[in-house]
Amino acid sequence: MILKRHAGVFWAGFAVVIALLLLAPLVLPEFWRRFLTEILIWGLLAMSSDILIGYTGMVSFGHSAFFGLGMYGAAAALLTVKPPNLWLAIVYGLAGSAAVALFVAYFSTRLRDIYFAITTLIFSQIFYVVILTWTDVTGGENGLAFSRPRFGIPGLWTTPFTSTSLHWFVLAVVAGSYLVLRRITHSPFGMVLQSIRENEARTRAVGYPVERYKIVAVMLSGLFAGLAGVLYALQNRFAAPDFVYFVVSGEVVIFNVMGGIGTLVGPIVGAGFFLGLREGLSRLFPYLATTLHLPNLAEFPYLVPLGVVFIAMVIFMPQGLLGFAKRWLNR
Amino acid sequence: MSSPSPAPEPLIVVEGVHTYYGKSHILNGVSLAVGRGEVVALVGRNGVGKSTTLKTIMGIVDASQGRVLYQGQPISGLPSHKLARIGIAYVPEDRRIFRLLTVMENLRTGLDRHGVSEARKRQLLDKLFAYFPRLAERRGQAGGTLSGGEQQMLAIGRAMMLEPKIILLDEPTEGLMPRMVSQIRQIIDVLHNDGVAILLVEQNVPLTLQASQRVYFMEKGAVQHHAAAAELSVDHPIIHKYLGV
Amino acid sequence: MQIPWDIIIIQTVNGVVTGMILALVASGLTLIFGIMDVVNFAHGELFMLGAYMGVVTLAATGNFWLALLSATAIVALLGALLQVVTLRPLLGRDPLYTILATFGISLVLQNYALWQFGPVARKIQEPFSGQFTLFYLQYPWYRLLIALLSAAMIGGLYLFLKYGRFGVWIRATTQDRVMAQAMGIPVPWVHTGVFAMGAGMAAASGVLFGPLVGVNHTMGLDWVLKAFIVVVVGGMGNLVGSIAASIFISLLEAYASIWVSPSQAIIVSSIVLILTLLFRPTGLFVPTPK
Repeated sequence: MILKRHAGVFWAGFAVVIALLLLAPLVLPEFWRRFLTEILIWGLLAMSSDILIGYTGMVSFGHSAFFGLGMYGAAAALLTVKPPNLWLAIVYGLAGSAAVALFVAYFSTRLRDIYFAITTLIFSQIFYVVILTWTDVTGGENGLAFSRPRFGIPGLWTTPFTSTSLHWFVLAVVAGSYLVLRRITHSPFGMVLQSIRENEARTRAVGYPVERYKIVAVMLSGLFAGLAGVLYALQNRFAAPDFVYFVVSGEVVIFNVMGGIGTLVGPIVGAGFFLGLREGLSRLFPYLATTLHLPNLAEFPYLVPLGVVFIAMVIFMPQGLLGFAKRWLNR
Repeated sequence: MSSPSPAPEPLIVVEGVHTYYGKSHILNGVSLAVGRGEVVALVGRNGVGKSTTLKTIMGIVDASQGRVLYQGQPISGLPSHKLARIGIAYVPEDRRIFRLLTVMENLRTGLDRHGVSEARKRQLLDKLFAYFPRLAERRGQAGGTLSGGEQQMLAIGRAMMLEPKIILLDEPTEGLMPRMVSQIRQIIDVLHNDGVAILLVEQNVPLTLQASQRVYFMEKGAVQHHAAAAELSVDHPIIHKYLGV
Repeated sequence: MQIPWDIIIIQTVNGVVTGMILALVASGLTLIFGIMDVVNFAHGELFMLGAYMGVVTLAATGNFWLALLSATAIVALLGALLQVVTLRPLLGRDPLYTILATFGISLVLQNYALWQFGPVARKIQEPFSGQFTLFYLQYPWYRLLIALLSAAMIGGLYLFLKYGRFGVWIRATTQDRVMAQAMGIPVPWVHTGVFAMGAGMAAASGVLFGPLVGVNHTMGLDWVLKAFIVVVVGGMGNLVGSIAASIFISLLEAYASIWVSPSQAIIVSSIVLILTLLFRPTGLFVPTPK
């Protein structure tokens, strides 16, 4: 009975949020529209990371690799196949990130915790170096630029993306991914993942092939991260090595923690919170600089106060914003 | 239930302590007292909470309710390193000596304290080695290479290096040969003569009755009964009630 | 093919020199991990801050040795402060949180340095120049000094851990934290001290390495990655292992950079890492696990 009411509340809330996001591009100025789309894309990336961190208990600093390969994969499709085909871009991007995911998945089964985290970090750096130096294929430091494909079924009907319709496309993909992931985490498969997170030895002792579950989890995580990369490529029309740098992975983990790990929605909230803070701080400092006549302050990096906020949240709000809200509501 | 003669000035007082391990309610309102220089025993079957009581006093686990007083001052919640510095020493159930440190280094963890002169340290060591010559022989050896009995000697000796006012001794004779058991008995007497109080958790009934002045009986996480050792004998019905199978 | 002997010899010595610095950085990291179970992501930034402190002190006093000492001391103190404020509250929690906290610290320190010192690289002047004859080649004295000083510091660390009251405390805390505390050892302060030591060592490495490259806010990143590779290959918490691994990896990279660019040389170390993880996950230089 409680479950039914819970489900009702959930769907109602979900519908409201989707409705708001659908309307947003119609009322917001272009800058904020793009901002919102970016939050959705990073949110998808963070959500994919949550599968590993929040549900399987495996911290990965390698998501920048999945994301980057998705991005470059899409770039490859859009640059090599004429006319640029949206669906091919998605396929190429997913293939790219799946390949990386397979590679990482293999190691995930043989390493625990910290070793896995460090190794994923190092792998993402390897990919960064490869992409940076293989200039012929990847464009090196400058990355690759390409045009946005048209939406539709080539040969039958296509229409170019507008700012608004792109936002809706991204929203559809992200919302769809959320629903899929939610289904998966609530399924028996998802339950096993959580039990692996709580006590791997016990889960194995009970008879589950933990290695296989981990591999699937990594593949799943990698695929959705790659999808986020494809979306990013579509949105911005370029692919650059900066996104494969491990700091991006770190930021993804920050979104997860800020929003609340193990909640799927939390990471999206976390992404919004982080990006919002970043916007705010980037405007705050130049403003303070002029008002207080301290010109040095204008360039003050937003990551310093943001980092401090993050550290404070790790210590005092480890459940993230969502966890905090949950407890506050339950009071 | 005859009351024992009034205890000397209380050193440790435990009042209504409740302790949980996760959701398990292990200590259910434990109350006891140990006076200056007294040897007090805490007995009961396995699992009634004797070790947990010692750990709670030592600050290794936190009490959720109740309090522990030392020399009249509340000490609940203080970290164990502070307690060791003010005179409470702990010898745990599985000895837990530092296996990779030498015998000397193990002893030094207790000896190297603020305000203790080198001369005093020498004195303490010499006295200890007089009682435990085997430790002197093995002083350069790693703790893990010692036999069970020698490790127990080391664990007790290490605690003695702290010059404590009270030692919490958890099952010192467990797994030891009879010859070693009598050595433990002797060291308890020595400590008692030196004015060190001891809270002794033990399964060995004869030793307990010989070495201690008072006995607390625990069951279901609380102290149920209290008697002077002099009034008890090995086959006393109370012993059977709380320790019998 | 003509074997470039002189380059090989030079690179061997270079490899050993870089290896010793890497060993100094990695020792601090493995010490912190072995004793506190903390993966210090901010270690590279402590290295970087040490180098900057060196720049600043050198500019103010003109004395390289003073710069080395003060940088080490200042960063050690900073490390202690960071540990008390951010890591102590996390004691006993999931290790994920210490990784995150130190990652946060690294972001803050790195960006602060960028703002404070600007993006242009600074230089630390080596205390003396001049070269000596190595076989039939010329090799700078300073680099030899680096290797010797690093070795001395690591040696000093080893002796300190083996003897000395604090060393016994550290080893006891590592073996049994609860009993160490029950014996009166102030474990929280032992942890702070160890972190400070690791930080100081990283800072010293930064100052020593400064004259070889430019000092800038990203120099920590490469080093922390390499240090992590070393710590995993050498065996987590294994001091001797990380020294051996540091030299091994630095030599490989030095040789590799004869043929590929330095940034690609990291791929070499990564391959070593992958192979280690595949075949000897507890560490290459650790005796076969039981």
